[in-house]
Amino acid sequence: MKPALAATGASASTAVSASKATGRPRRKPVRPGRVVASVVALVLAIAWAFPVYWMMNSSLLPNAVLTSTTPQLLPFGGSLANFTAVFNQGTFFPALGMSLSITLTTVFFCLLFAFMAALAISRFKFKGRKSFVLAVLFIQMLPAEGMFIAQYKMMSSLGLLNNVIGISIIYIAAVVPFTIWMLRGFVAGVPAELEEAAMVDGLSRTGAFFRITFPLLAPGLVASGVYAFLQAWNEFTVALVILQKEEYRTLPLWLRGFVQASATRATDWGQVMAASTLVAVPVIIFFLIVQGRLTSGLVAGAVKG
Amino acid sequence: MSAVSVPAARPAPAPAQPAPPRQAMPRPRRPSLAPYFLLVPSIGILLVALGYPLIWQVITSTQRFGLKQQFGQAPDFVGLANYAAVFTDAQTWAVVGRSIAFCLVNAAVTVVIGVGMALLMNAVGKVTRLILQIAMLLAWAMPVIASMTVWIWLFDWRRGLVNWGLTKLGFNYTNHNWLEQPLSFYFVATVIVVWMSVPFVAFSIYAGLTQVSTEVLEAAQMDGASASRRFFSIILPLIRPVLMIVALLQVIWDLRVFAQIKMLQDAGAPTASTDLLGTYIYRVGVGASDFGTASALSIFVLLLTIGLSFVYVMHLLKEDS
Repeated sequence: MKPALAATGASASTAVSASKATGRPRRKPVRPGRVVASVVALVLAIAWAFPVYWMMNSSLLPNAVLTSTTPQLLPFGGSLANFTAVFNQGTFFPALGMSLSITLTTVFFCLLFAFMAALAISRFKFKGRKSFVLAVLFIQMLPAEGMFIAQYKMMSSLGLLNNVIGISIIYIAAVVPFTIWMLRGFVAGVPAELEEAAMVDGLSRTGAFFRITFPLLAPGLVASGVYAFLQAWNEFTVALVILQKEEYRTLPLWLRGFVQASATRATDWGQVMAASTLVAVPVIIFFLIVQGRLTSGLVAGAVKG
Repeated sequence: MSAVSVPAARPAPAPAQPAPPRQAMPRPRRPSLAPYFLLVPSIGILLVALGYPLIWQVITSTQRFGLKQQFGQAPDFVGLANYAAVFTDAQTWAVVGRSIAFCLVNAAVTVVIGVGMALLMNAVGKVTRLILQIAMLLAWAMPVIASMTVWIWLFDWRRGLVNWGLTKLGFNYTNHNWLEQPLSFYFVATVIVVWMSVPFVAFSIYAGLTQVSTEVLEAAQMDGASASRRFFSIILPLIRPVLMIVALLQVIWDLRVFAQIKMLQDAGAPTASTDLLGTYIYRVGVGASDFGTASALSIFVLLLTIGLSFVYVMHLLKEDS
């Protein structure tokens, strides 16, 4: 099943051109509705990608070009001068290191905790299960913006301000409820009958879980991990109050500081966009790596087959 | 259902083999401690990082913070006076009304576009889908603050691309300030929030759509079901659980937009007429160090959120059991 999926995925474009060349009949006839859908999809794709493109385009152009009357839609005559100017301030890499340590700590513990809880609520019947689910659903609604003063006071009294552990604790708690709910959906999506069948065939409960259910949960874990990563990487409000010292800034705080510093003079949009690009690019690369696993229908394939 | 039908389907082996009685009987479910152990880490971290601050907040909402407290004096206990002050303040109700309207409009627009996007992903060919997905991933992957700087640059009143493009199209938008008027401010905010939120909705719904059996859809099509009939009678009921969850989360998230509104305000909008609940609490709490009022407002927001979402939660619980 898996090799077959991978093969069709890898050779999708070559298969299409091959069928054209040899005149083999296509699997699906071209319908007008499909063409309209494709055009709409491409227009929407351009609309959604454009701000990201515009950020990168602007980051390559000198401010003099950006503030001229006619915008330059392509980065002709561009250079990396804006990036050099940003790097020369020497504050980017410490912020990157801070963001990475906080985010990776959060993702690891969040997935571990949420996975355990998701197993408990979707594979066991126990007293208090319903209350826990109810609590999770309500807790994930608590607006962080209404709690951050209290969280600041607590971290302050624990001596965990300007500390990876302190902010990670808050991030894990902020992300865990939704991750539990998300993973619960994936665990429940794998029919318990598959596990029971394996147990009838002689596997232990643990064995059935790790040999049958766990591999089918990989897309769920990836999706939840991506969610947790995004939340922690992008978080702004809590970081603003917990990480006050400049050397403990995460990337969002660093970028805001950069924009503010630039706005005190006439904003240098080229440098601001270069700084934004530096903040966004690690995430975008990470995303393009995981996107295949995010969207490949491993579960769908297994359940259907 | 299946537990009943499985033994009925193959009754022969059980009486034929002299199996030990405990295997012939359905396995008794002993009350196990395992689920509780599995829940300990999650509950622990929630109690530490949310439970304790929440209790602090409830206590603080009954206290008055003034000038004296900035010099280290213990706050005075004032009972429900903070709540009374908050509830009789016209500014509070203006902010509340704006926040609810903003949150409902944004969530509705996001979910509708997200579902449309997911259906498109499902309908188009592999290459087009990949292009659309990459575009979605780009927008989704953008950190909020980075997105905000780009959008503020796009809507910049002097050199922004939006004003230039609209002027080129024949509308005079030269030096038009989008952030000055509240309605136009919220329009910009809505564009940005929807742009940011649609990818999550689209991918979640698309993941649900891939679970919909193509055989069933093809069979319905052969039987003459129209596209809208197939959507409402087959696809929608199947993706409804994920749709409900996603819609619920959008409402919650859009009620507490903070970074977006704050960044737009920083870019030159008047705060008093554009504040939503998040930025209002921030201004009262951090700006004025009035922790008592800020806590009372926060608790009001918590109750409002729970009230808004109560129906959804009950619905989700029903689906769960």
